[in-house]
Amino acid sequence: MMRAFLVVFVKEIVDNFRDRRSLTVALLMAFMMPALILFLIGFQIERVSDSDDQSVTLPVIGAERAPNLMRYLESRNIEIVEGPADATAAAEAVEAGNRDAVLLIPDDFGAQLADMIPATVELYSDQSNTAGNSEVGRVRDALYGYNQTLATVRLSARGVNPMTLRPLNIDDIDVSTPSGRAAIVLGMMSYILLFALLMGGMSLTIDATAGERERGSLEPLLSLPASRTHLILGKMAATCLFMSLALSLSLISVFVSLKLVPLEQLGMTPNFSLNVVFATFLLLCPFIPTGAAWMTLFALFTKSFKEAQTWLGILVLVPTLPILIVSILTLQPRFEYMFVPVLSQHLILVDMISNEPVNGLHVAVSALSTLAVGAILTWVCVRLYQRESLLG
Amino acid sequence: MIRVEGIHKSFGEVHAVRGVSFDAPDGKITGLLGPNGAGKSTTMRVLCTLLKPDLGTATVDGADVVTDSLSARRKIGSLPHGSGLYPRLTARENIAYYARLCGLAKDVIDDKVEEIVQVLGISDFANRRAGEFSHGQVTKVALGRALVHDPQNLVLDEPTNGLDVMATRGLRELLEKLKADGRCILFSSHVMQEVAALCDEICIIAKGKVAIHDSADGIRERTCRENLEDAFVAALEMVETE
Repeated sequence: MMRAFLVVFVKEIVDNFRDRRSLTVALLMAFMMPALILFLIGFQIERVSDSDDQSVTLPVIGAERAPNLMRYLESRNIEIVEGPADATAAAEAVEAGNRDAVLLIPDDFGAQLADMIPATVELYSDQSNTAGNSEVGRVRDALYGYNQTLATVRLSARGVNPMTLRPLNIDDIDVSTPSGRAAIVLGMMSYILLFALLMGGMSLTIDATAGERERGSLEPLLSLPASRTHLILGKMAATCLFMSLALSLSLISVFVSLKLVPLEQLGMTPNFSLNVVFATFLLLCPFIPTGAAWMTLFALFTKSFKEAQTWLGILVLVPTLPILIVSILTLQPRFEYMFVPVLSQHLILVDMISNEPVNGLHVAVSALSTLAVGAILTWVCVRLYQRESLLG
Repeated sequence: MIRVEGIHKSFGEVHAVRGVSFDAPDGKITGLLGPNGAGKSTTMRVLCTLLKPDLGTATVDGADVVTDSLSARRKIGSLPHGSGLYPRLTARENIAYYARLCGLAKDVIDDKVEEIVQVLGISDFANRRAGEFSHGQVTKVALGRALVHDPQNLVLDEPTNGLDVMATRGLRELLEKLKADGRCILFSSHVMQEVAALCDEICIIAKGKVAIHDSADGIRERTCRENLEDAFVAALEMVETE
């Protein structure tokens, strides 16, 4: 009676391919989500890389009181323009977002400087305006630079080694490889891929369980001389097929969008060649039956389409939780983690993308333990499908 | 031939069926008549092996519904209450799906489906998707689906519910045809007139028990009522007073 399994499998696929609306939503989501996120990242990159070589325009009030400072700022590629009338006008202009920053040189700036009293300059900026933060940061850096230069000059004039003011020499060494940095961004990819994967099978799961009951087609189905084990396994296999379809689509989407997004400008060289695309597919494959069983498990308890949709909407988020936790804790791959489905796939995927060597044992343990969890969940589903209360 | 012997079934606190026994012979239509909640559907679900009786046995052509449930299902076709079709499949596909699930050989499936389409007289909408069917059309296709593995026994749970006059008539003619084939038909309803018009034997169930099981005339005689509806009420009162 292997046939009953195949019959259900084929019927569910044909039936759900005809459900254009659900199919379009699931597949469009699988395709659009990775592309959308990558393009957003790309947009961010362009903004960051733009600002470095462009000159910043800085309105200054009372520029004539500090000609040396103005020359110094100009040497740092900051263009000085005439500022608003007074401090109040400056604060208003910044608050309204007309200006990112306004520098005010008070009347007694020159006198304070001459008397060796810390000379006050006022820098108006809006910290909540993220768009202007990098401009303000450059102005502030330049002001600190001028401060440092003046201090050095003063100490030298008094015969003091200016180095006395630098007891610490902080050397910031960034050891992350370009690919490693890319992995932070692309770590999100495993989240997106898994999410698309689950969403791809959701409508079929609901249709084959709660939907069947709601339509009144479950009772006659169960009255047929066919084993219930075959019925439920056929349905779950069809779910798996839809899930792999969604996964393939989102992988293609990532592959194409990465070609279009200039991650290299951030010093990132993510390895997402065709080989990695295929490897990723194989890596996530063991999670497909596990995810299908996970969704079916809960869908079997629900009474109606709507109830199932509500529950599964929340429950598809649960398997993606380990990834969120990992990105907060920044865990390194370890043997123990490979026993946890999703977590293991995520860690291996990040390694693959960042061109790190992938531990074969890790991959094997990840696949086997994920499949084991899937087998247990599937067994529970099969048991649940034998219950009398299934009819509701 | 369906035989039910003293079955009991409880759902939690509710004792839905309390010792129902009856025989439904081949070549006859047996009506299971009773008010809503009398235990008709539960009894029928036991026959379709969907529920296990707490006590008692039921057999379909000798196959026990508990110990030999797969054989019992092979011998029974069922049209449960409120049966639905797959809306995105055509009538033909709905019937063929069941034919495949019942393990019919590939080369006979098309012929079988065609035969059922002809018998039911549904050829004018057989290739349309079930989503747009009227209630009567759904019931016809669902009945055809239940006949796909040529079951000797047929269990129909309130099949005429919500059908208009013409559809009810069509269904009645169909059941007469199946009865003439020598099949055993068990038919439940809570509508007196319908059962009287169609059934050879009537089994009145109330509160999970069989009140009376006889022909329509026999029931009139035993309850001393001329009108069958009065007889029905009298039979129910017999259970009440027990």
